[in-house]
Amino acid sequence: MKTLPIATLPLATVGIGLLAVWSLFVGVSDVSLATLFGGGAADQATQVLLVSRLPRTLALILAGAAMAVSGLLLQMLVRNRFVEPSTAGTAESAIFGMMMVSLLAPEMPVFGRMAVASLCALAGTGLFLAILRQVPLRSPLVVPLVGIMLGGVITAMTEFIAYRQDLIQSVRGWETGDFSAILLGRYELLWLSAALTGVAYLAADRFTVAGMGRDVATNLGIDHRKVMALGLVIVSMTTAAVIATCGMIPFLGLIVPNVVSLVRGDNMRGSLPWVALMGAGLVLACDIAGRLVIHPYEIPIGTMMGVIGSALFLYLLLRRNGHAG
Amino acid sequence: MIDVKNITKRYNGTVVVDGVSLSLPAGGVISLIGANGAGKSTLLSIISRLLPMSSGTVEIDGLDVTTTPGEVLARRLSILRQDNQIMSRLTVEDLVAFGRYPHSKGRLTEDDRGHIRNALRYLDLEPLAGRFLDELSGGQRQRAFIAMVLCQDTEYILLDEPLNNLDVKHAVAMMKLFRRTADAFGKTVVLVLHDINFASCYSDRIVAMRDGRVVHQGPPEVIITPEVIRDVYGVEAQVMENAGQRIALYYQ
Repeated sequence: MKTLPIATLPLATVGIGLLAVWSLFVGVSDVSLATLFGGGAADQATQVLLVSRLPRTLALILAGAAMAVSGLLLQMLVRNRFVEPSTAGTAESAIFGMMMVSLLAPEMPVFGRMAVASLCALAGTGLFLAILRQVPLRSPLVVPLVGIMLGGVITAMTEFIAYRQDLIQSVRGWETGDFSAILLGRYELLWLSAALTGVAYLAADRFTVAGMGRDVATNLGIDHRKVMALGLVIVSMTTAAVIATCGMIPFLGLIVPNVVSLVRGDNMRGSLPWVALMGAGLVLACDIAGRLVIHPYEIPIGTMMGVIGSALFLYLLLRRNGHAG
Repeated sequence: MIDVKNITKRYNGTVVVDGVSLSLPAGGVISLIGANGAGKSTLLSIISRLLPMSSGTVEIDGLDVTTTPGEVLARRLSILRQDNQIMSRLTVEDLVAFGRYPHSKGRLTEDDRGHIRNALRYLDLEPLAGRFLDELSGGQRQRAFIAMVLCQDTEYILLDEPLNNLDVKHAVAMMKLFRRTADAFGKTVVLVLHDINFASCYSDRIVAMRDGRVVHQGPPEVIITPEVIRDVYGVEAQVMENAGQRIALYYQ
């Protein structure tokens, strides 16, 4: 058990690397080693690689890792296995923020949009936590149900306004993750979420302690409120950055941390790198599959993850039922 | 020294702890006893800053618990409440190692590792070190939490019903361990106990509470008497002396 992670973490990294390379060479336009280094079409192939394929692959890795880690963080902070940004009102609130910016300040640069979406996500998650304090939690499943209901209410508000203002199309874009429109210059926001994931890793011990509850955290000299605040800011900003760039990827933050927890446990110092890697890997795999299934068209990743993710989630739910919570 | 001055705790008008003043000298085992709802756990939580008081002050070696930074107190005082519900899948060793967090902030030194090894050994947890908490029985989990708190190696150790879930063998081993922690290492161990005979046999001092107030305090020979037990619990008891220890019989 103790030597396993050292032996297999590099191995997993290599596996994800191979997936990433594969991802570079999947698509309509002909990009292969032959065209890259070969004759006349080389310029065009290099162009496609650098402007479209490489940014897309990087975006997949960054978004996948960041969303999976966000799920892990929320689960530790809320102390519930079944929460992630899309079952805690976080994602829906971020989308509400994006829509309000499109409506009121359509000229705002993407960083500003993300900042507004982050604030909305923070407020929405705060509201979720405030509701949780008022509701008797008889079962661990009540927590995500509350989050899904809150998300439903926020989505209803978003869509009501969007419908009247002719913004439904944009809202759908944020709701369903899709990497087909990623180009150089339109994904760089995701580096911010990568940096936030790094911050989460630096504070991993504190988050693990916070996951043991307020009393244990206080006993160990940790300011539980500050750690909560830091975690919620990371989750909100990451979710907003991902939604602003490629749209929401559902289930990712739920499945990956749960699978890693079963195998590696929840000491975040050890499990967070795994969650990030597996998140990136799952997103890469789903995206490649989505591009191959109905080639030359593609299925957006939001749909792919929805199908694969819900099946995996049901499995985890039934498996854990014996000792849920 | 733990210096409690005039602590009162109210919940929506109900007084749970009523103007308690108490001063507990450093060193030794001190047991808090009393009927359900007497305010023992609340008082312990207030002393250890887990719960804010409605009024009054608590000082640990002159440090006010409400104003002293949490990390400073965490090196001087540790607290374990009852019912520690942990959702996280941590191994026993991970959990115990977190007891060193106030000292090492996550970067374990050789000294920290020594503390972790000792805590695992004292609590008979070595064979379970690699197991996840959710794979343990209630008693094993309770021992793992106590190992974490002992690993914290603080001057003052506060435990709320530490014998919960433990069988007779482990309960006796636990009380002996507390005794040894106090005698060999000079620590102050404050326990909330339900079993007055454990309190009688292992404490230097017993504090009895009723209706949110401290009604009696003193060494076991003063507290374990039929009169005091009647006053605290409202039951008739016989007290027997056996090899210098006082045992209360209240089963009939």
